[in-house]
Amino acid sequence: MWQFLKTWYHRLASPKWFYHTSGRWLPYLAAVTILLLVSGAIWGLGFAPEDARQGNSYRIIYIHVPVSVLALVGYYLMAVAGAIALIWKIKLADMVMVSAAPLGAVLTFLALLTGSIWGKPTWGTYWEWDARITSMLVLLFLYLGVLALSRAFTSRDTAYKACAILSLVGTVNIPIIYKSVDWWYTLHQPATIKLTGGSTIHPAMFKPLLVMIIGFYCFYALVLILNTRAEILRREQRSAWVRELI
Amino acid sequence: MSDLVFQFPNVNAFLAMNGHGVYVWSAYGISALVLLSVALAPVRRRRKLLAAMASRLKHETGNGTP
Amino acid sequence: MVSESGFGALLRRDLLLAFRSGGELLNPLVFFVMTTSLVPLAISPSPLQLAVMAPGMIWITALLATLLALDSVFKDDFDDGSLLPLLLCPQSLWLSVLAKVLVHWLRTGLPITLVAPLLGIMLALPEAGFLPLVIGLACGTACFSLIGAVGAALTVALQKGGVLLSLIVIPLYFPVLIFGASAVQRAVEGLQYMPVLALLGAFFAFALLTTPFAAAAALRVGVNG
Repeated sequence: MWQFLKTWYHRLASPKWFYHTSGRWLPYLAAVTILLLVSGAIWGLGFAPEDARQGNSYRIIYIHVPVSVLALVGYYLMAVAGAIALIWKIKLADMVMVSAAPLGAVLTFLALLTGSIWGKPTWGTYWEWDARITSMLVLLFLYLGVLALSRAFTSRDTAYKACAILSLVGTVNIPIIYKSVDWWYTLHQPATIKLTGGSTIHPAMFKPLLVMIIGFYCFYALVLILNTRAEILRREQRSAWVRELI
Repeated sequence: MSDLVFQFPNVNAFLAMNGHGVYVWSAYGISALVLLSVALAPVRRRRKLLAAMASRLKHETGNGTP
Repeated sequence: MVSESGFGALLRRDLLLAFRSGGELLNPLVFFVMTTSLVPLAISPSPLQLAVMAPGMIWITALLATLLALDSVFKDDFDDGSLLPLLLCPQSLWLSVLAKVLVHWLRTGLPITLVAPLLGIMLALPEAGFLPLVIGLACGTACFSLIGAVGAALTVALQKGGVLLSLIVIPLYFPVLIFGASAVQRAVEGLQYMPVLALLGAFFAFALLTTPFAAAAALRVGVNG
């Protein structure tokens, strides 16, 4: 058992092994992703019942919610990869972390954008200082900070270590930020604005949402792997196995 | 699966979405564009890298065997 | 006891250096007063309107003033070479970091806290708001210094780290600003503000326990540029 774990550990840590194995699985993952996202979107757009209160504008939920979930999950993934890279000095982990930062920032931006488009027909404004939107905005700032920091260093080794520390500090802070923003919002909540409770969603509306969430998880994994592969190639261009690829 | 019916009488109603069409379709359209470009960026980056490496390799071997 | 005397010696040295630099010592404070006095000019001199803005504006300018001096927490020592011995000496690095943070707070947070009531008068802050403003600022600026030290340590070797430092640190300041400013606001509205200050105090205790270690780790990474 121990031996098995050990070989896996060494394999996983090897960029070469990762590059070859992920290359074999990528087409399947891409096919599943496209299938899930396209069918989920068609289901959500055309076949899910209309919401009684919000009408058809609620259909944005099928993008907004999965994107928001992955934006947050992505930050934790980035921090965990950073911690692994810091503690065990695994090269692959820091490549994953570097690849996760821009992807997460784009997803957070999309979450804000779709939320704001959704807000117009629902609340009558594009922007509302609501607890969730504000938390998302702070998350975007956290991502932008990590991105800016990673660009600032000339030494790649220092850059990933610095980003790992910053994202770990951010991870500790995220629950506190969310709680404080939540609390701040209850202080200032105008009585006229009511959020749609996600808890009482109808099953016929929830099923396509589930498909989309799984689809977006696949999408995230797919793009993260693609990014990591590109990063591996860039860093290992001098090694023998990369030369053999050409 | 029998309860899965198309919710709109025709394509025009599907596009209009009872007046919410602009919001829904713009949200889906922009998201599709952004996600597609995010997914294609590493593919393009990898292809460029491979091309650059190939040309460099050719250059090096060309110098090595005069 | 070696570590204690090391902490004390470092503290004394840094305070002495800060005092010798003369005018520079007061710069964050002057910045604080200047930016706050822009508020009535930009918005309105009417006391009614100012009273609404006062808690938030004082807190925001206090945040910016501490941010302004953050760059130099480790950088001066890094530039003149006196930081490297700290990384190598037997005293735990987090204690040295704590000394630096304390000096930063004494240079920015403390004078800002002491002058804030004056600005409160100028911005027509209602009387009930003064006590929570002072307590909150004393605690909150300490949080700013502690969290900021992590960012300052990460960017210590960068030539143009100033703006970057603000970018990475400001998102981490959100909870402090929310608790601090709303404690004053609640007091002005006649509501209980002690629970909010207690939350701020809890955040401070948490930051005090964790950030020196994070900043020490960050410093070891940051000095490599």
